[in-house]
Amino acid sequence: MLARAQIWWTVFTMCVAERLAYRGDFVLGTTMRFLPMITQIFLWTAVFASSSNGTMVGFTRNDIVAYYLLTMVARAFSSMPGLASGIAGQIRNGEIKKFLIQPIDLIGFSLLARMGHKLVYYGVALGPFALVFYLCRDYFPGWPPAEYMAAFLLSLVLSFLLGFFLEASLGLAGFWTLEISSLLFVYMLFNFFFSGHMFPLEILPEPWRTWVGWLPLKYLAYFPAAVFLEKIPPEQLWQEMALMGAWTLFFMLLSRRLMHAGFRRYSGYGG
Amino acid sequence: MSVIEIHGLRKSYRVYQKKEGLLASFSGLFHREYREVNAVKGIDLTVDKGEFVAFLGPNGAGKTTTLKLLSGVITPTAGEARVLGYVPWERENDYRRRFALVMGQKNQLWWDLPAQESFQLHQKIYGIEPTAFKQTKDELVDLLGVAKLLGQPVRELSLGERMKMELIAALLHSPEVLFLDEPTIGLDVVAQHNIQKFLKHYQQVRGITILLTSHYMKDVAALCKRVVIIAGGEIVHDGSLEGVIDRFSDYKILTVDFADDRMPSDLARFGEVRELAPPRAKIEVDRNQIASVLTNVLANYSILDVSVEDPPLEEVIASLFALTEKQQRDSQDANIATTAANVAAAGKN
Repeated sequence: MLARAQIWWTVFTMCVAERLAYRGDFVLGTTMRFLPMITQIFLWTAVFASSSNGTMVGFTRNDIVAYYLLTMVARAFSSMPGLASGIAGQIRNGEIKKFLIQPIDLIGFSLLARMGHKLVYYGVALGPFALVFYLCRDYFPGWPPAEYMAAFLLSLVLSFLLGFFLEASLGLAGFWTLEISSLLFVYMLFNFFFSGHMFPLEILPEPWRTWVGWLPLKYLAYFPAAVFLEKIPPEQLWQEMALMGAWTLFFMLLSRRLMHAGFRRYSGYGG
Repeated sequence: MSVIEIHGLRKSYRVYQKKEGLLASFSGLFHREYREVNAVKGIDLTVDKGEFVAFLGPNGAGKTTTLKLLSGVITPTAGEARVLGYVPWERENDYRRRFALVMGQKNQLWWDLPAQESFQLHQKIYGIEPTAFKQTKDELVDLLGVAKLLGQPVRELSLGERMKMELIAALLHSPEVLFLDEPTIGLDVVAQHNIQKFLKHYQQVRGITILLTSHYMKDVAALCKRVVIIAGGEIVHDGSLEGVIDRFSDYKILTVDFADDRMPSDLARFGEVRELAPPRAKIEVDRNQIASVLTNVLANYSILDVSVEDPPLEEVIASLFALTEKQQRDSQDANIATTAANVAAAGKN
């Protein structure tokens, strides 16, 4: 167990070091992610300025800006840029071989690498995030009760794991298709609309809203924000949390299954 | 004691056959034709502990596929193989801690970090004791002369330096079996020589078993006593390097320096004249005829110097590869013709 922890720690520290190797890209990539926040605040302010009663499906302008800022926090945990395409690329160019010949687990390694990258990102982005939230504090209704706050924090951790295992599964599909860019495009399209990243899912008309409610995508952005804003009724809160945990477990098992099946059919592409 | 045992090992791939042109690209969306490629066709091989064996063969002969099978990267279509008593494609961690694979064209080190950080990771992955790790690392770094490069990001190393680091990373856990797939590819002569020297020394000192594929005969001649030649997925020779010449070369080279520039004009009667630079002539003479030709030349001409040599190894291997490739093409053509005839016959019936 100690040996395993030492491996994890070494992988983790190396991933942190690797993330910091290109200073310019790192600084630009971290700070520029705040630009969409500002544009969205302007957009929703304009939308509500043209609205007659100042509300939209139960959301005021303040609610929606607060919602959007919170989805940004959720997506900072759940988005996995380059994960699926990176795994598929390794399959295609043969770099995946090292996980076949060395006693190390591909998914575990990738998870630690992602944790390392995220931690560096959070460490640096914490200051700008805090500043944006401080400047926008009037949009928020206030802190949620302790139970909701705990659920919110847990949902962020689960959204990270769900996002990771979901995208890892997509990347591992590369063992069958080699090229997954179209699959990723479709996924990103669905993610964009049905994760609640662009707008609260309450805006969707029926039956779409019910259907989207069955998908795991809402847990990547909508759900943590809705929990913080207490949009989830108390009787459904832990039921939804359990469902989120179940989806995470499902994709964790799916990714492992795909990895083992993929290794069996792997043809050692790329020399 | 056998370290590697292979029986009837076979690996086939289904390869998409795309026809040329844009129209074919569109039709490929609806219907695709595949061809079965038999990369390894049921090979048998045994390698004992401490042997340094070279795998030779033309491109696509099945050398790298065999190494991939033995290192568990791919699963065979049929057959059996055991390395150190393990079935490679079951990928047991105990097995993966006892072998290493180095591919000359693939980088296993972290591209943006110094090699020493990758070494640290290997220490943890393979569970190497800190003292043993330091001792092995220092020894390898010293042998390969890369102490000053340890802190430099891998992306900034030259190809030769990178290969040295790859070798160190692969040997840190003191593997009992080492698979080397073209470790000197793309390296200059000096770097090739350094790697050869290192491998020879390391193998002699540690007594590990090494399987090497290389297109450079100098690698093979310098390192391996045993040579396995694979062509078309089959083993066509398993023995010494000298044995390759004895078995596959049917001529010798007779070099004669004639005295007083009195070179006969009918040298072609002895064999194919390869080089004519009076007073010297180089003639390819049939092996069976060499004794009589030599006697004849010595008896009938005034000679300054004479020598009989085997043809260069590269030449013998190249002609062997060309021959086996031709035989395979003929055999494929014959198969296609038979299939076409069967289809035509079935159509008539």
